[in-house]
Amino acid sequence: MQDTTGAQTHEDGNALAGPLSAVFAHDMTTAVGRCLSCAAERPLAEVSVWSHGPGLVARCPGCDAVLLRLVRTPRGSWLDMTGLSRVLLPV
Amino acid sequence: MGSLTPGFHGRPRPQGVALPPGQYVTEDFPVLSAGPTPRVDTATWQLDVVTETGATHSWSWADLMRLDQEEPTVDLHCVTRWSKFGTSWRGVSLDTLLADVASAADFALVGAYGGYTTNLPLADLLGGKAWIVHTYDGAPLHPVHGGPARLLVPHLYLWKSAKWVRSIRLMVQDSPGFWEQLGYHDYGDPWREQRYQGD
Ligand SMILES: [Zn+2]
Repeated sequence: MQDTTGAQTHEDGNALAGPLSAVFAHDMTTAVGRCLSCAAERPLAEVSVWSHGPGLVARCPGCDAVLLRLVRTPRGSWLDMTGLSRVLLPV
Repeated sequence: MGSLTPGFHGRPRPQGVALPPGQYVTEDFPVLSAGPTPRVDTATWQLDVVTETGATHSWSWADLMRLDQEEPTVDLHCVTRWSKFGTSWRGVSLDTLLADVASAADFALVGAYGGYTTNLPLADLLGGKAWIVHTYDGAPLHPVHGGPARLLVPHLYLWKSAKWVRSIRLMVQDSPGFWEQLGYHDYGDPWREQRYQGD
């Protein structure tokens, strides 16, 4: 997008709606996550999941670092993915 | 010192009377872990209390054993809805540990071997309400339950009673811990059913 001077501007987050709906409709177990801690990459189906506590905790099988946390509450679902430096969604 | 109730263990209670809302009673001791069980040798075990000025007070295992030992018998309430009555512990009151620690902090962030954290008001660690425990039911605390030592704050939901306790950071401002960052309550009073933020 450009303004009247020709400089590029940004759009609001609604521009993410289409592209992200494709991302989040993806089967995430086939997504390949990179561990922020040790840089190992593997499909999320292969990570270690601890599910008996107050929420779900996914850990790197290599270094035990937390990759992802998910908590479902009455207000909504809380998702923390700060332990993943990137995710590849294979075609 | 403390709210000890010797002889309370095993005393039958009318169902429902001492049970917070939304809880059920269990006889066993469920293990709820967010990760692998750290194996911590008492030869290298250490507890650090770091104040808001950065002053650090440290205790080795031998230091901990030299302090006054108490034997609280308490009820446990887990946010996953089980409660366990009359659990017997042995350990050191936080009143004893923090007696010589100068601090004006209002909050504490408890850290554990393995990286777990949980926050609570400092006042809830004091006044005979919290212990660093190392013995459960007369035996050394098993690693799956937080051994060699865990925090015990039985008047709050059990996720506040950090297993494998390693550090207590005293803070002027509250800072959310592992579960509190993801929607769990900063205080966690089972009698007021403070499971999630906003409860
Ligand atoms: Zn890793």
